[in-house]
Amino acid sequence: MARKQESLTGKIDWLTIIFYGVLVILGWVVIYSSSYSGDEKSIFDSSINSGKQFQWILASLVLAAIILIVDSRFYTTFSYVFFVLLMLFVVLVMFVGVEVKGQRNWIRIGSFQMQPSEMAKFAVSLALAKFLSGLNVDIRKWKDKWRVFAIIGIPVLIVLIQGDAGSAIVFVALALVLFREGLESYYLIIGASIAVLGVLALLVNKFILAGVLLAASLIAIYFLRRNKKLALIILGLWVVASSFVFSVDFAFKKMKPHQRDRINVLLGKEVETGKDWNIRQSIIAIGSGGFIGKGYLNGTQTKLKFVPEQSTDFIFSSIGEEFGFVGSAILIILFLGFFYRLLYLAERQRSKFSRVYGYCVASILFFHFLINVGMAIGVAPVIGIPLPFISYGGSSLLSFTVLLFIFIRLDTQRYDVMR
Amino acid sequence: MNKDLFKNRHQVIQIIIAFFAVVFLLRLFYLQVVDSKYVSLAKNNAIKELDIYPTRGMVYDRVGELIVYNEAIYDLMIIPRQAKEIDTAKLAELLGKTKEECVKQFKDLPKTKGFSRYKPNVFMKQLSLRDYSRLQESLYLFRGFYGQVRTIRKYPHRVAATILGDIGEVSEKQIETSAGYYKPGDYVGKSGIEKVYEKELGGRRGKKLVFVDVHNREMGSFNNGEFDTLAISGDNVIATLDIKLQEYAEQLMQNKKGSVVAIEPSTGEILALVSSPGYDPNLLCGAVRGKNFNALLTDSLLPLYSRPTLATYPPGSSFKPIVALIALHEGVQGINYSYPCNQAYNAGGVIVHCSHKHPSPTNIQYALAQSCNPYFCQTFKNSLEKNAGMSTAQSYDKWVNICHSFGLGIKTGIDLPSEVRGNIPTVNYFDKIYGANRWKFATIVSLGIGQGEVLTTPLQMANIFACISNHGYWITPHIVKKITDPVSNKDVTHEYEKHTALIDKEHFIPVIEGLFEVVEAGTAKAARVEGITLCGKTGTAQNPHGDNHSMFAGFAPKDEAKIAIAVVVENGGYGSTYAAPIASLLVEKYLNDTIATKRLPIEKRMIETNLLSKYGVQTNKSAGMKEEGEE
Repeated sequence: MARKQESLTGKIDWLTIIFYGVLVILGWVVIYSSSYSGDEKSIFDSSINSGKQFQWILASLVLAAIILIVDSRFYTTFSYVFFVLLMLFVVLVMFVGVEVKGQRNWIRIGSFQMQPSEMAKFAVSLALAKFLSGLNVDIRKWKDKWRVFAIIGIPVLIVLIQGDAGSAIVFVALALVLFREGLESYYLIIGASIAVLGVLALLVNKFILAGVLLAASLIAIYFLRRNKKLALIILGLWVVASSFVFSVDFAFKKMKPHQRDRINVLLGKEVETGKDWNIRQSIIAIGSGGFIGKGYLNGTQTKLKFVPEQSTDFIFSSIGEEFGFVGSAILIILFLGFFYRLLYLAERQRSKFSRVYGYCVASILFFHFLINVGMAIGVAPVIGIPLPFISYGGSSLLSFTVLLFIFIRLDTQRYDVMR
Repeated sequence: MNKDLFKNRHQVIQIIIAFFAVVFLLRLFYLQVVDSKYVSLAKNNAIKELDIYPTRGMVYDRVGELIVYNEAIYDLMIIPRQAKEIDTAKLAELLGKTKEECVKQFKDLPKTKGFSRYKPNVFMKQLSLRDYSRLQESLYLFRGFYGQVRTIRKYPHRVAATILGDIGEVSEKQIETSAGYYKPGDYVGKSGIEKVYEKELGGRRGKKLVFVDVHNREMGSFNNGEFDTLAISGDNVIATLDIKLQEYAEQLMQNKKGSVVAIEPSTGEILALVSSPGYDPNLLCGAVRGKNFNALLTDSLLPLYSRPTLATYPPGSSFKPIVALIALHEGVQGINYSYPCNQAYNAGGVIVHCSHKHPSPTNIQYALAQSCNPYFCQTFKNSLEKNAGMSTAQSYDKWVNICHSFGLGIKTGIDLPSEVRGNIPTVNYFDKIYGANRWKFATIVSLGIGQGEVLTTPLQMANIFACISNHGYWITPHIVKKITDPVSNKDVTHEYEKHTALIDKEHFIPVIEGLFEVVEAGTAKAARVEGITLCGKTGTAQNPHGDNHSMFAGFAPKDEAKIAIAVVVENGGYGSTYAAPIASLLVEKYLNDTIATKRLPIEKRMIETNLLSKYGVQTNKSAGMKEEGEE
């Protein structure tokens, strides 16, 4: 038994654990700063966020230890069971959960609140890994494509019904996994084109845009006039693109005002004062940090509550204000290193299951990072999702810990079996 | 080919991740290093400059009696966000209102200007200390309510409104010219001492930098107050007024229009300065100021008009001592010059009558005592025509200059915001009307008896008698004796200019004797006070709009005068009717501190005299007004 433990500790990828530890502790320290109001309460004081977060960290460590002890076959074998059970649980919460900030997807245990939909991420990752690692599964076949979309689509649908668009959009991250596993490149190209066209449709007059597209198509057709089939395809593409532009415009007008404002803020258009308040305050806080920052606990914007949600969604503004460009850059490089390490680990897996799961972990964490930091510095839409391991909140910390440590456990057994 | 693509795909993903990390780093570099505007934006956000208002200086009278001070009153403030579960019935009871009124007030609150749920709003203004202390005991029951102290000016003697002045919100123009010192809503002196000595009384505002949160609530001081400055309290002003004399003068002048000016001749210090009808200065304090100010402004008796320095009257006979002095100085007639009074003086067809029968004067003293009009017409004529080697115009020019040296026709320079110069018509003036050399003595004869174009303010009248009592000099009249720094107790005393009348000293003796005769045995016998050598001159200024103005100006005692005084009672008739007795009572009060028993009936008559019907009104409007905090 003792020998087995020894060999386990020897096989664990400690570099990943160090990344994890540094990020969690950094988050905890910053949470203390953002809940600090000069009254000299200890970082452990459970009446403030940092004290609560400390308890969550302890809980996470226990959970991580348990995950590492359990044989990884437990996760591979019961992937679908986890998936189904968690989906049922998330659905159940819709009826028995409590409402927080307009979203009825929380359960309350004592004084702690939890958001089970966070757990859906790891359930989907397991299920996706299980499915894609199956014999004769090829994502380029339509039959398998539909199943993959179902595994991802079901939780997205449930979460959307709960009104938590932020959590739902995270699943877009899994496109990277599918790309890695062989999904045709044009899906990504089409996806990117849709995004670019969509943004242009909102920024530029739709008739002008359609006109420019037509001109471009006609020029292309002129050069390709000998290949009638290709010319026809281009013409068809123009019709599709133009109708897309018009439908985006139409959909935009049908949106609720606050949604429209959010999009307008992002596109740098003028909106009524107050609507872009959050982003503006966040940018001011970060920008005022300067090169080396105002110093730990010395941030004014975040301390004085100019920045909303400063220990959760906007925690990056605290870091930017107090530690400046140097601190922000270090954090970003830290995350970059962390992601690269995860990708490296995923690529060295012999089993497809572990690789797919590893990519799921890396993509989901990356997507959170992308949206959260991007939002705080004003280059991504305002979507309230946490910065992994840094943001205050038990459900997110626990779910990211579970997500990550299952992968670390899979990695320790990468030579054991072929899965 | 596909296999290769698969192998490379993980690199594509790495590139995507690295791409976004680089985008973020560039964006952060721009925000935090390149663009510096966010530092100041953050500062504007989180640091607020609060003003600390200094206490305004106080005003004392010449003997140290407090005449202007600050009083604390309380505004009941509410922070709506914190106000919960308010027992409106109990609150209404404590505020002396009905529950319905109270509920309505809560409902109307959000409609008030500048309302904020997070910031303090005024719930009820100006609770007196008494009302507030009653409320304070129970204030803990009402969350989100608290009392905010404010100060208003208080004038415990309720007199001297035009001198002391008032404070009010600073005007747009003053804000512009103050180079950023004044801010809208600041209080500054608007009239009187409050205005002239604004710099001294106002002190210097302090500054405090505090952190404020997103709801503008204070969250503690910035850098431990390193950049804060303390407010410097205003200096105290020691006025020259004798507030008891002022009160007595206002009492005597009640229900009459007119002025009293009393000066200490040796120093130029104003002892009393009454503009009647006056008003209680407390009426223009605090929130009631606007309403009361408008009411006073539209009052037909013009209570806001500072008569002693702004109203001009022909001085009438009170002017004769000056005419006498100039003639003596110019040597155009001697002390014992006599001129027959046959009740009328014919100046080339212009007839000037004498007001009463008396034997023909054989010297200047007697002429003054009897206020003989023909005598002074002749004296004036002598001054213009008997000056060796000078034309009438040249002589008159000199005459005018001497008048100016008495402070007539020019501003005296008193430290009050507004003063007029009166009028001593110049040669140019007559040249313009009649043409050069086309006018002569007969044209301007009425100047010799203080009528016609000559106009003086009551202040100037008192001042020329101060000058006479000083045998030829006067000190710029002033209201403020010294300024005291309340912290260091250091005094600042102004030097006031000494002016010399262009009359040789010896000529004052006979004129003063004549003025003494006026009271002892002449036209102002009614003003005689046993044991006091009061010298003076009555005047009855002709008034085209109604009854003559009753005037008296004089000083006492005869040698080393302690007080020079001028009294004007508009439409009071002869000078001896009201002005002389009122002046004598004031002099008696000032010198003896009491009124002799046998003169008490005079005092009573003067106090009770009501001339309001002559001005077409029944009551004094300001008597019915309410001051701040009054129910």
